[in-house]
Amino acid sequence: MSLVFLIFLPILAALLIPLLFKKLSRIHTGWFVLIVPVILFIYYASYLPQTMEGGTFTSEFQWIPSLDIAFIAYLDGLSLLFSLLITGIGSLVVLYSTFYLDKNREQLHNFYVYLLIFMTAMLGVVQSDHMITLYLFWELTSISSFLLIGYWYTRDRSRFGALKSMMITVFGGLMMLGGFVLLSIMGNTYSIRELIAQAPDLVQHEFFIWALVLILLGAFTKSAQFPFYIWLPDAMEAPTPVSAYLHSATMVKAGLYLVARFTPIFAASGLWVWLVTGVGLFTMIWASVFALKQKDLKGILAFSTVSQLGLIMSLLGASAMGFHVEDAANTVFKYAAFAAIFHLVNHAVFKGSLFMVAGIVDHETGTRDIRKLGGLMSLMPISFTIAMIGSLSMAGIPLFGGFLSKETFLTAMLAITEFEPFSMDVWGFLFPVIAWVGSVFTFIYSLYFVLHTFTGKHKPEELPKQAHEAPIGMLIPPAILAMLVIAIFFIPNVVGDWIVKPAVLAIQPFLYTSPEQVDVHVSAWHGFNTELFMTLGIFAVGGLLFWLLRKWQPVYDKLPETYSLNSLYDFMMYLSDSGAKRFSALYMTGFIRSYLAYMFGFFILIMLTTLYLVDAFVFDTTNLAPVGTYEIFIAIALVAATITTIAAKSRLTAIVALGAVGYSVALFFVIFRAPDLALTQLVIETISVALFLLAFYHLPINSKKEERISFKVGNAAIALGVGVTMTLVALSAHSQKLLPSISEYYKETVYSEAGGGNIVNVILVDYRGFDTLFEIAVLGIAGIGIITMIKLRLSKKEGHHENK
Amino acid sequence: MKTNDVMLQTATKVVIFIILLFAVHIFFTGHYTPGGGFVGGLLTASAIVLLMLAFDLDTVKKILPLNYVAMVAVGLLIALGTAGASIVFDVPFFTHAYDYFDLPLFGKTSLHSAALFDLGVYLVVVGVTMTIIQTIGEDE
Repeated sequence: MSLVFLIFLPILAALLIPLLFKKLSRIHTGWFVLIVPVILFIYYASYLPQTMEGGTFTSEFQWIPSLDIAFIAYLDGLSLLFSLLITGIGSLVVLYSTFYLDKNREQLHNFYVYLLIFMTAMLGVVQSDHMITLYLFWELTSISSFLLIGYWYTRDRSRFGALKSMMITVFGGLMMLGGFVLLSIMGNTYSIRELIAQAPDLVQHEFFIWALVLILLGAFTKSAQFPFYIWLPDAMEAPTPVSAYLHSATMVKAGLYLVARFTPIFAASGLWVWLVTGVGLFTMIWASVFALKQKDLKGILAFSTVSQLGLIMSLLGASAMGFHVEDAANTVFKYAAFAAIFHLVNHAVFKGSLFMVAGIVDHETGTRDIRKLGGLMSLMPISFTIAMIGSLSMAGIPLFGGFLSKETFLTAMLAITEFEPFSMDVWGFLFPVIAWVGSVFTFIYSLYFVLHTFTGKHKPEELPKQAHEAPIGMLIPPAILAMLVIAIFFIPNVVGDWIVKPAVLAIQPFLYTSPEQVDVHVSAWHGFNTELFMTLGIFAVGGLLFWLLRKWQPVYDKLPETYSLNSLYDFMMYLSDSGAKRFSALYMTGFIRSYLAYMFGFFILIMLTTLYLVDAFVFDTTNLAPVGTYEIFIAIALVAATITTIAAKSRLTAIVALGAVGYSVALFFVIFRAPDLALTQLVIETISVALFLLAFYHLPINSKKEERISFKVGNAAIALGVGVTMTLVALSAHSQKLLPSISEYYKETVYSEAGGGNIVNVILVDYRGFDTLFEIAVLGIAGIGIITMIKLRLSKKEGHHENK
Repeated sequence: MKTNDVMLQTATKVVIFIILLFAVHIFFTGHYTPGGGFVGGLLTASAIVLLMLAFDLDTVKKILPLNYVAMVAVGLLIALGTAGASIVFDVPFFTHAYDYFDLPLFGKTSLHSAALFDLGVYLVVVGVTMTIIQTIGEDE
């Protein structure tokens, strides 16, 4: 079977869902959906033996061959790991949702359609080798995630959360597209594999840094890194299966996948190492500190997810450092990539189970508020056990998978201090310190989550529902995950050999050629070393702080709400919405005089700038005709009439003065030997003055009062500017005639070719009769327009005006 | 109350023919001397306006029962037809033809298809001008 078509299996299955929901409404739709991820999981698992030995598989499907765009499924260790996570946890989540969502009250067809679209999108993201289709699937995850967060669309918070996550992730997606386009320009290919092959040449390219930053923006927004993490806590309005699937195990790891996938290309840059490691670590400590502020179970888990994603991100950054160290395969840097992937697996497993437990608690008690919960241990023993396993793994306590990845994390962070590329020697000591403090807070919130929910005093009077254990179907998926958490601790090297090492090979192809060469052996006990003492310190300090939690937790409530990233986001949204509205209200006045001022203003600006730039201020007097006495007299009359028109107090004076202007223009035509123009001008001027008088006669009484045009400096300046500009343009044009006139041709051929004597008329009807044809058409339209305006008065007949 | 404008009306009866003849003259000589369809049309319209001023709209309508909108349409059709007729003779659109003929009464005369086009212009100008004036004049 072709790999590339399997990506589309879920989305094709989604087509059947509404049908199944309508026709077989007695059976929960989830059961049909479950088949899809299970088949895919088994199928992808069958690739494990080959990828273990470094095998890769590709499958291609042409989409737009002329633009070199194709769906290329590329399966190596990293893609396979993610595909297994997506389908494996996908199966468990579908099973869980079958019991979580009520088949009679919920719109299941919507839910499962969105979920299956998401599954296709995620599989596409992790398997695409072509950057454009990777982007396509990437946006599809954003859209399906938007639909899933807003699943309960009647709630305000759901819609707000969906919009926020959409805005932020699509912003990042677009940035990423920019990065992809730059990369494809640099490497002249869209294929990631081919780009990796030419990575050493790409570093020199001037677009390199831009591509790096843009792609990182995409990864950081999707993976909820600082400061883009703010959408994730608001996305908790989604149904819990969605939170467990999208916002802990899969979609938020798409950014990590992107960073891991592009590490071979960008690792050569110091900026990459600093940004990925720095932002990752900062996100880790920031989110772990603020996780304790949360009162909502899913809120705590959301911040914890952000924090853990930061941890993995920092490890990926550290693994890029391996590129810069001599003989990296034999240094401790080999741990970084391994630890990143190992923790990624661990996190997907335990976070999925924790979300499911939070969903169970919500489902069975009716609230997720941690202040109302407590003492559920004896009522919900199985959920408690699962939550305890997940939390202790998250805290990094022995016997659970999280301990091992936490140890390798500390090893990698300590390793950074020992090497000196990019002045790591100066600031390097910060890395293990931040990592340690973040781990302390992780320890505290892990205990806070589980102990404040399940131990303490039971408060049945505050719970909307009578608390009791969940149905068995809801417990199976988290139980499977919890068992995996423990299993990973006891067989870490099996997981390492089967899954992690092939993925490490994909991240660090410059170090290894086959998965066996990844020389990392995880053991629960590796002697007394710094990492172990740091871990013990975490337990001691974290335990102490947790014991005193009630004393210092109120500090969070004193933090000002106005100086948060959320209020910054709200402010930006407010600014772009209402700010843009106010900005357009500022210049869209609705007055024609304003728009005319803009138009004339820009006309002056553009014309004068152009004249200045092309250096066209030329005034050539050699070609001028002598000025005669008549011209001077007529010009004086014309100017006098014009000034009268502007300065006249009464409108009647202005109309008559305008007529005077028209007749003096006709006189100009006479002395400049244009008899046709003079004739026409005289008649037309007479008619238009008559029409002006008509318009004046029909003015409303109260607007007939005599009033001079008020003087406005701005208007005067613009009018003067337009006049000066046009004069300059006319002078400049007159002084720089580059081509001789074609009028000689008309003079020569007017009789011989056209059989006429009046050049003007022959041009009008013969040489350029086309213009005349449409000019008379214009006249006809004007006449018909006047008839319709005057005769057709529907609004008056109906007795109302459309503006009233 | 109606004023007695017998002077105006009598003068109009004489003057209108002079104006109309001048309009026709200026229309026909347009190809060789100043004039043409546009000015000729405007002058014809002004003759009719003079009638309207001397008498009134209804009287003029009775004397000249013309549909000016149809006149515009006919003018446009004549103009377009003249321009389009060239296609029939397999020459480019708007190619005019002319020749000299010995006509009875006129002697040797040049006949030019541009005159037909000018006739279209003339009709449109008269039609539009009269449409505008009549429509506005009838409006209350």
